[in-house]
Amino acid sequence: MLRKTLLATALGASVFGASVFGASVFAAGAMAQSAIAAELSDDMVKIGVLTDMAAVYADLSGDGSVLATHMAVEDFGGSVLGKPIEIVSADHQNKADIAASKAREWIDTQGVDMITDLVTSSVALAVQEVGREKNRITMVTGAATSRLTGESCSPLGFHWAYDTYSLANGTGTAVVKNGGDTWFFITADYAFGHSLEGDVSNIVKANGGEVLGTIRHPFPSSDFASFLLQAQASGAKIVGLANAGSDTINAIKQASEFGIVEGGQNLAGLLMFVTDIHSLGLNAAQGLFMTTGWYWDLNDETRAWAARFEAEAGKKPTMIQVGTYSAVLSYLKAVEKAGTDEAGAVAEALKSMPVNDVFANGGTVYPNGRMAHDMYLAQVKTPGESAGDWDYLNIVRTIPAAEAFQDPAKSGCALSQ
Amino acid sequence: MVFDVPLSFLALQLFIGLQNGAFYALLSLGLAVIFGMLNVINFAHGAQYMLGAFATWLGLEYLGISYWWSLLLVPIVLGLFGILIERALLRWLYDLDHLYGLLLTFGLVLIIEGLVTDGFGSSGLPYDKPALFAGSERLALSGLTGNERDFMVVPIYRLWIIVAAVILCIATWYMIERTRLGSYLRAATENPALVRAFGVNVPLLITLTYGFGVALAGFAGVLAAGLQAITPHMGSNLIIVVFAVVVIGGMGSILGSIITSFALGLVEAITRIAYPEASNIVIFVIMILVLLTRPAGLFGREA
Repeated sequence: MLRKTLLATALGASVFGASVFGASVFAAGAMAQSAIAAELSDDMVKIGVLTDMAAVYADLSGDGSVLATHMAVEDFGGSVLGKPIEIVSADHQNKADIAASKAREWIDTQGVDMITDLVTSSVALAVQEVGREKNRITMVTGAATSRLTGESCSPLGFHWAYDTYSLANGTGTAVVKNGGDTWFFITADYAFGHSLEGDVSNIVKANGGEVLGTIRHPFPSSDFASFLLQAQASGAKIVGLANAGSDTINAIKQASEFGIVEGGQNLAGLLMFVTDIHSLGLNAAQGLFMTTGWYWDLNDETRAWAARFEAEAGKKPTMIQVGTYSAVLSYLKAVEKAGTDEAGAVAEALKSMPVNDVFANGGTVYPNGRMAHDMYLAQVKTPGESAGDWDYLNIVRTIPAAEAFQDPAKSGCALSQ
Repeated sequence: MVFDVPLSFLALQLFIGLQNGAFYALLSLGLAVIFGMLNVINFAHGAQYMLGAFATWLGLEYLGISYWWSLLLVPIVLGLFGILIERALLRWLYDLDHLYGLLLTFGLVLIIEGLVTDGFGSSGLPYDKPALFAGSERLALSGLTGNERDFMVVPIYRLWIIVAAVILCIATWYMIERTRLGSYLRAATENPALVRAFGVNVPLLITLTYGFGVALAGFAGVLAAGLQAITPHMGSNLIIVVFAVVVIGGMGSILGSIITSFALGLVEAITRIAYPEASNIVIFVIMILVLLTRPAGLFGREA
């Protein structure tokens, strides 16, 4: 009974969505002809932050992303084209089906114009599709998979903070060039893990390295002993952790029990956040290389922004949270420039504007929706080097935007061929 | 070489399997004891285990309580917490269907996990186990195989987990099956009215049993603190598997739970070598097979 009701609702919603899509395409055409600006649906702009509020990724995104969205709206001035800006948020529990139905509900009944954060790759892929179908902008800052701007790209989908390609390119290249030319992957068994593992494998092979083996672990896992032992038995110089959050933390923590690093193998955390280092402690994390899109201690501007964030949140922001700030700010600028919140026009405006804010300096938005900006290769400090809580990273190298992100023509996205 | 896998590697994998089995045993034991006595399916068991790990961290961080004292104190604190829950909430539900106890304890999980996430975040907290337990030792297997090169790496902390769990399991089993107090317990499970007529304080017995079950979960939490990141969700990830273990072993059977736990730990270990993707469903596949052939579980009594 419940299933039938749900199915009926979903069908109804998609039929309704199709007609909305038709109507707004018509509206965009009419607007272009008569050049009437300042058209906002429902007389406001509504931004939805769809994120993980309580599970494994809540510290990297969650409440912090909602706070960052509020900060962006505040910095923009609280209104756009003379109309109010509203923010809604919800917990998607890292489940693609929950996220997609929440996105539909927001768009169909609450007039949400743009959805952001979308941590967890399977969630981001699903909601980007909903956005495409219902003519709404999605700006992914939380999820990593490069498929979002590759084979699954959408004219209305944007990918802001980082992606698996740039992580692979940063950490993967650095490690191989340091002599780590044989790899074994411990991979989270879902879209993100597969995507990250694939991108790093390509980089390793392109630099003359070799992948000796891969293991796919259930997401999430708390015990990595068995997987680590298989990595150890492979004899690979580098054990690549293609997972995130508490999975990465547990794997690094447990590696010390089996003497993996003492035995001459090295760990590479392929996606790590400053909150992960905080959670691991410097004793366990020191010396690890990681690639990040942002760090709070880059310059005066980033330090000031982080201090403002910390005053509210009680901790330093992650690249996802600052990325969400940047995405929301850019969206509002684009709405202002386009003179409307119609998705097609806003998307066009977004792709025509450089991104300059606390997150990105001279960022450009590629035709496939990828926002390219400088990335940073960092190494975790030793307890002796650190001045205290949150002083965790030495920036080893700044990776220029054009090198950090994939050439859109090679991304496999039909929009940028 | 066995099955194309080096012996030292296989031995260590099985060892890890036993260590996971040790956690299943400690937790399923508590569940079995509680279910046997109270007829309550204690869904909050995972959250109580998580609280054990958090209490260990809090004790060290704020009160300077060492790991060893935590092993003693945390189960006591958790036991008292359990007694409070039993007195304040659970005792009103004994005359109702199982479902009410399950719903109440599930509600407790949501509240406890929510509060802990709010207070400590979701990424987890670091806990440094005592230096005594760090690293691993090499154990020669040449006596067993005749090959000089065969050895096995034994992570000390995991060995300690197995030892501690086995001791506690045997002690619990002995207490329930072989002592006078245990005989009261078993009798009260069978026929509470009759036992009460003999002058035994059955409600007190029930309260203490729940407290003891929760204390076991707390003890497992202390053990886990040294092994993995302490996160608000560490319990809910584990408890579903433990429920499957209890169903396979037979609800309410003490010895059945212990044996099944270690056996399933080993099955899981072998799956992790053979086909890692299936490692967290293999136990549920076994559960389905057992339910189809022996609905009361491997060691359960047919109702």
